[in-house]
Amino acid sequence: MGKIKIQHSKFKIIKMSEVKKIEFSPEAFELVQRLIRRYPEGNQKSALIPTLHLAQAEFDGWLSAPVMDYVASLLQIQAIEVYEVASFYSMFNLKPVGKCLIEVCRTSSCWLRGANEVVAHIEKKLNIKDGETTPDGKFTLKTVECLGSCGTAPMLQIGKQYHENLTLDKVENLINDWSQATEHSKYLDNSTFRKN
Amino acid sequence: MGRKILLKHINEPGIQGYETYRRIGGYASVEKAVKTMTPDAIVEEVKKSGLRGRGGAGFPTGMKWSFLAKPEGVNRYLVCNADESEPGTFKDRYLMEKIPHLLIEGMITSSFALGAHTSYIYIRGEYFYIVNILEKAIEEAYANGWLGKNILGTGYDLDLYVHVGAGAYICGEETALLESLEGKRGNPRIKPPFPAIKGLWGCPTVVNNVETIASVVSIVNDGGDAYAALGIGRSTGTKLISASGHINKPGVYEIEMGITVEDFIYSDEYCGGILNGKKLKAVVAGGSSVPILPAELILKTANGEKRLMSYEGLSDGGFATGTMLGSGGFIVMDETTNIVQNLYTFARFYHHESCGQCSPCREGTAWMEKIMHKILHGHGTLADVDLLWEIQSKIEGNTICPLGDAAAWPVASAIRHFRSEFEEYVKNPESIKEVNHLYNTQLA
Ligand SMILES: Cc1cc2nc3c(=O)[nH]c(=O)nc-3n(C[C@H](O)[C@H](O)[C@H](O)COP(=O)(O)O)c2cc1C
Ligand code: SF4
Ligand code: FES
Repeated sequence: MGKIKIQHSKFKIIKMSEVKKIEFSPEAFELVQRLIRRYPEGNQKSALIPTLHLAQAEFDGWLSAPVMDYVASLLQIQAIEVYEVASFYSMFNLKPVGKCLIEVCRTSSCWLRGANEVVAHIEKKLNIKDGETTPDGKFTLKTVECLGSCGTAPMLQIGKQYHENLTLDKVENLINDWSQATEHSKYLDNSTFRKN
Repeated sequence: MGRKILLKHINEPGIQGYETYRRIGGYASVEKAVKTMTPDAIVEEVKKSGLRGRGGAGFPTGMKWSFLAKPEGVNRYLVCNADESEPGTFKDRYLMEKIPHLLIEGMITSSFALGAHTSYIYIRGEYFYIVNILEKAIEEAYANGWLGKNILGTGYDLDLYVHVGAGAYICGEETALLESLEGKRGNPRIKPPFPAIKGLWGCPTVVNNVETIASVVSIVNDGGDAYAALGIGRSTGTKLISASGHINKPGVYEIEMGITVEDFIYSDEYCGGILNGKKLKAVVAGGSSVPILPAELILKTANGEKRLMSYEGLSDGGFATGTMLGSGGFIVMDETTNIVQNLYTFARFYHHESCGQCSPCREGTAWMEKIMHKILHGHGTLADVDLLWEIQSKIEGNTICPLGDAAAWPVASAIRHFRSEFEEYVKNPESIKEVNHLYNTQLA
């Protein structure tokens, strides 16, 4: 009989003791209710992707299984419906990431103008490889596909901020700034969506 | 200077905000449409204009609109495709960031023409900072009576919402986009039924690109004939081109269809020539999905005529010697560029972005990346080049959505036009070391 190879789960397994009470802040909760109202009644599942973004912003930059279960309960859908979506889209992190998630574009137009050198520089400076997090939990490096910034290549994204026309000096400064950060890089906050 | 329609007012200070936009004549098309025109009359004007979809496929917009089913008592939807993930393309971002009200205005006028009362702008998640900009513009439009109930007292109601994605190129494909908007994985649907019959939540739906919708504004204001008077042949009007790579002036340019490729690359009005005075080697003219062409074929057609920037001009010669206008993502490569390495970035991209539903695409893109990786690291053989050719030919036409074709064409064209470079790469390992460092970069 051949050996059975156990696939590593895409999800991080967490221990019971690590489970915190999961609850959105009142503002985030209220925002979810507003997002749900953007879709016809009975189609609240359409609010799933925005809600997961919000969850990631609220809970340390990644989606744990309990967080996804919480989102499922908010939208009154099955947990599996949340897992299958969370695992499909590249902006959802299913494992913890550093306070600062650096996403460097590696596609053609950026590659033509030096993206590989940007990546190499960050790898050397932080002593991590693509996809890894520094041991102090401050930085994660991730290479990504074209971010629609090809004319200002090379570029990288941290949270919702684009950093374009990069030079190694600019990269250096960004890393210095973010090494002091106390909060996670975020794609959105409570001001992103309008109030009505 | 070429005629501008979309970017005419782009340098007006404050054009991002409502007041300035309104002062230069913004929202006139909404007023004209809801007060003086019937929805059918607008569709007629769009047909007359010859406008073709700017998302990549170039399908006539007026015709698409006339296919929309209108069963009694069923909602219809207009969804704007702002997913913009085709490598080399950044024009929709530019438009939404610099002149957001133009898209909002186009959405209102187009929604009225289609009889939609709720419309969505589906934007890629990475563009979160633009979500802020659009939300603000929409808020201003509501505050000034252009959105909401009983618009301009005509009884027409419309709500407009921005919906964010979360990183997936495939969600630019219109049926994957609809799945995603329904809160699911972005798996393209089997067509038919087309969205015009069964789209969002099973209701008749039109999906249009940002630039397409923005173009409707001037068509309603000035008439379809005026729009059709611009451009050349069946490529009417103007087109936004995102220019990147080894050029002096990367950026977004509005061209009148029909200017020459040579003019676009070398004139100071547009790209301003090749960076550092180098020679042109190759161009990917319409986003990563279209065939790459070597300098001699992009500047001139196989018949020796100057190649024109238009749907027909760029596709002259078919896949043997031509390419496609696609999304207008114009990537320029100078003489130092290694075509094999460049192709690797595309092969990796399509493998990463395949949704995995069809085996030719899922397996084919994976194998193409693997073989490219092998060649790139000096372990390739001549048989691998043939194998690449073989694989790409088996994906094309055998999949649910066109991503499979889009993954095949760059590989096919790179081998077709630059086979000797692949052979060099597998035969001469020394050259590999060198080219691995060949990034043309301005980095300090
Ligand atoms: C893999 C794939 C990705 C696509 N990405 C986009 C995109 O990012 N933006 C877009 O407008 N159209 C995209 N399209 C084309 C859409 O499916 C659709 O044709 C288009 O949105 C229709 O709008 P238009 O007629 O105004 O061009 C893509 C198609 C495919 C197959
Ligand atoms: S062709 Fe590729 S991306 Fe399109 S449906 Fe099939 S597997 Fe998915
Ligand atoms: S290739 Fe890097 S942003 Fe487009």
